[in-house]
Amino acid sequence: MTTVTTRPPDAGTAPPPPRRRRGNRSHGPLLGWLYASPTAVLVAVLFVVPLVLVVIMSASDWSLLAGNDGTNFPANYTEVLAHRMFWPSVVFTLKYTVIATVLLIGLGLGLALLVQESSRWSGVLRTSFLLPTALGLASASLLFYALYSPQVGPISDFLARFGIGNGSVNVLGTADGALWGTVILIVWRFAGFYMLLLLVGLQGIGQEVYESARMDGANTWQVFRKITLPLLKPSLALATILCVTGSLLAFDQFYILTKGGPDGSTMTVVQLVYNLAFESKRDLGMAAALSVLVLLALVVINVVQLKALRRSPDE
Amino acid sequence: MKNVRVLGRTPYWVLTGGLAILFLYPMIWTAVSSVSPQPGSAQVDGFGLGNYETLLHYQAGLGHYLANSLVITLVAVVTTLVAATFGGYAFARFRFPGKDALFLLVLSILMVPYATLLVPLVIWLKDIGLNNSLVGVGLVLAVFQLPFAMFMMRISFESVPREMEEAALVDGCGSFGALRRVLLPAVKPGLITIGLFAFLAAWNDFMVPLYLVGGENQPLPLALVNMRQQVMGVIDYGATQAGVVVLTIPCILLFLVLQRHYVNGFMSGALKG
Repeated sequence: MTTVTTRPPDAGTAPPPPRRRRGNRSHGPLLGWLYASPTAVLVAVLFVVPLVLVVIMSASDWSLLAGNDGTNFPANYTEVLAHRMFWPSVVFTLKYTVIATVLLIGLGLGLALLVQESSRWSGVLRTSFLLPTALGLASASLLFYALYSPQVGPISDFLARFGIGNGSVNVLGTADGALWGTVILIVWRFAGFYMLLLLVGLQGIGQEVYESARMDGANTWQVFRKITLPLLKPSLALATILCVTGSLLAFDQFYILTKGGPDGSTMTVVQLVYNLAFESKRDLGMAAALSVLVLLALVVINVVQLKALRRSPDE
Repeated sequence: MKNVRVLGRTPYWVLTGGLAILFLYPMIWTAVSSVSPQPGSAQVDGFGLGNYETLLHYQAGLGHYLANSLVITLVAVVTTLVAATFGGYAFARFRFPGKDALFLLVLSILMVPYATLLVPLVIWLKDIGLNNSLVGVGLVLAVFQLPFAMFMMRISFESVPREMEEAALVDGCGSFGALRRVLLPAVKPGLITIGLFAFLAAWNDFMVPLYLVGGENQPLPLALVNMRQQVMGVIDYGATQAGVVVLTIPCILLFLVLQRHYVNGFMSGALKG
């Protein structure tokens, strides 16, 4: 059936201009749109419409239970900015982002350097470090929730051996414990991801560069400082962007491990969006306003980072 | 000489081996404790499958939540594959008005986080009849897979020589016939990669179902988290661990079998930047 449709139906009546340039026969614009239509429909219905709607909602008095009660711009925005958890959540999210990014990029690079030689053993190592990335963040968080539990987890017993507590330490019970406990989970879950990303970058550096540096008498540290790091800059920049963006949007791990606690000490901005919408306020308008602010902040941060990334290889 | 090198490598082996054990330890610990005796769980003495038994009968039942996860994952994977196959073909081989705008729009999904779209989606999905719907969750998850999937399939199609499909066209295939018979086999590695990524993302996702579905329609990750929270005070860690094992096994197996595709997927993602 499809085999005949490529011939123009009016070929017999009016001789068409002999434009037989390649692709022209069957690759017309209409057919192109037809093939692109599933994508176009998905993007229009589940991306563009919600994006417009979130802006409208952010300017409306919209509660979870009562629905839309008319425009109230800029009330949602002023209320969000005045909310007692707004600034603490922004500060906490930034603090978490800095800690997670520094640790993940540092450890990712360390692991990549450790396993960069190809051998059977390094293959086994790579797989071990990568395996946690196959787990969902929610499963990983539940796993660590049990690991930290004073009832069944080994961590508090482990801490007791070093004289910290008596085997019943609730790691997630203090502000610092909750932050670092979550950071350890994230490092475990994502270090392999950044290792792989940086490994790709490391393998893109030609062997000749290293050899000539060695001939010039550079030691390992000098080679790392003067050759590896500068040539790895694009990969490091990409890894940093992904890590910063992901950490700023942290949700699953905090929802599952701490729910923003204890005492709101681990409330991230995205956790606050959820709380405004479904828990403390049940105010979708306010949640939408904060969502829009998150989006704007993210776009600005991404543009700044992308500019830095674009510039770095030429320097 | 060789002995000296081996001796010099010993600290390296101890360090990397220790690290590997640290990375594997949490998974092994969970798997072992899910069948070990522990207070407050269904497995109080001796090793056994008591915790899995509890999980099997938890509320709507393990089978029900697994089926929900499966429906969501299937919708997400199939939608991603279909959209990315046709879309990637269109972007790689056709000229049509609005092509660049559409491609940019797809890439801009990367800039917009779940958190921004989920609040309006709670309302909008209700309006289009996808309230509390597994299909709705699957479609939303597919949309977030589109940037990577479309990028991947576009370069996959572009790397197939034009001559291959032109020969098929000359032989009387339509463009769809050429796509099905000639191009699809050639882009299979790309399809496996985006299918794997879509599977892992949809199977494991927690946030989208948290916003969009509840009650009977929870997929397994959401049900497990709620199981922990609903039993106030007494947490059945045993059943939770059993759940984590059930959720994780398919991912680990798939990861090990398709590791090459997983790594290649990362690489094409990395080269993009």
